[in-house]
Amino acid sequence: MAKNDVKVLGAWPSTFVMRPRIALNIKSVNYEFLEETFGSKSELLLQSNPVHKKIPVLIHGDKPICESMIIVEYIDEVWTSGPSILPSDPYDRAIQRFWAAYVDEKWFAAMRGLRIAQGEERKAFLDQVTEGLALLEEAFGKCSKGKAFFGGDRIGLLDIAFGSLLGWLRVTEKVGKVKLLDEAKTPGLVKWAESFCADAAVKSIMPETEKLIEFSKLLMAQMKGAPPPKN
Amino acid sequence: MAGKVVLLDFWPSLFGMRVRIALAEKGIKYESKEEDLSNKSPLLLEMNPIIKQIPVLIHNGKPVCESLIIVQYIDEVWNDKPPLLPSDPYQRAQARFWADFVDKKVYVASRKIWRPKGKEQEAGKKEFLETLKTMEGELGDKPYFGGETFGYVDLSLIPFYSWFYAYKVLDNINIEAECPKIIAWAKRCMQKEAVAKTFHDPKKVLEFVAQTRKKYVSRNH
Repeated sequence: MAKNDVKVLGAWPSTFVMRPRIALNIKSVNYEFLEETFGSKSELLLQSNPVHKKIPVLIHGDKPICESMIIVEYIDEVWTSGPSILPSDPYDRAIQRFWAAYVDEKWFAAMRGLRIAQGEERKAFLDQVTEGLALLEEAFGKCSKGKAFFGGDRIGLLDIAFGSLLGWLRVTEKVGKVKLLDEAKTPGLVKWAESFCADAAVKSIMPETEKLIEFSKLLMAQMKGAPPPKN
Repeated sequence: MAGKVVLLDFWPSLFGMRVRIALAEKGIKYESKEEDLSNKSPLLLEMNPIIKQIPVLIHNGKPVCESLIIVQYIDEVWNDKPPLLPSDPYQRAQARFWADFVDKKVYVASRKIWRPKGKEQEAGKKEFLETLKTMEGELGDKPYFGGETFGYVDLSLIPFYSWFYAYKVLDNINIEAECPKIIAWAKRCMQKEAVAKTFHDPKKVLEFVAQTRKKYVSRNH
């Protein structure tokens, strides 16, 4: 497929943008990465995702596909000659989707809270994050069945959903001076994180922790400078 | 493919209704277990220890949780029956997108109506209507969101229709006036037996919504 037939609208620091990029790498699909300028939204983005106006957007031919995990499933269904991202068994698929949704809806919210909150509130978020990691450690044991990834021998849906958060997890550990992935409490996840980040589909696009820390300062400044949100 | 199917459910639940409709569309026989959400059963807590919510589909003893994940599971397992999702990957992505919109925008906005009367509630009502208008735009002139036939997106939204009477009586929200195409679409869906039989008497739903909301508001405001 010609490179300019597949485009990803996104930004390098974004967890969600990483997901379709990993999926395309797994399928060895060449794509053009169109980076949005921080602080503004391009015409192309507003046209391709008029409902949410958010990245990532996959543009395949002239068709836009939005929402990171929906894009990943689309990629898996279109490029069938590459390795499968979802398992073939419907029950295993349901389990991967369940945990991916858990990561996005519950755990991600706790992580974001942990990055921003202070004092007692911060402790509450930290507890939620740690509890979540304990659940994910257990899920890893069941899903991986002794192999390197949630998907088994190769990276799968849940690896992509959760692994894409590792960059920001490392930022939280460093800046927040807290250990989240711990050899004692989550040994499976510690090893998994190493394997994930070292994988060929991930290595070149996982942002360096230091670069993310610099970027997060920009984000904080924007948040503070921004007008108060309307209710 | 057959085997034992059990659904842990709660009669007014929008999410439970989605699964009931999917099971009915596929003609699947199942045992329904009604949960008391103020006193969750050991079975529910065992089958969904993470979220502890209904619906839960238990197929041959193995639990599947989260309504849209359950519906996709049903579609994939009972694939000898007409599909709920389109077969084309792009159409499937669109279907998933809009069902996700129902969850993240329509449902979330509908919860904002659960506030005491005042500016906040008015804002919530406005937001809810906006989300329905967006759905109306997506529906266009099609008979169903799925095109000619009832499908995944229709299934994800239609349960909300069961609460429209309550919104009218309790909150003075006239959806028929604001989103006539949605009402026309809903009435079309209700002609399907699989949909109609999951709906309860609107007055019973009204009573339930009124009671539950009173409790919620007194606890949270």
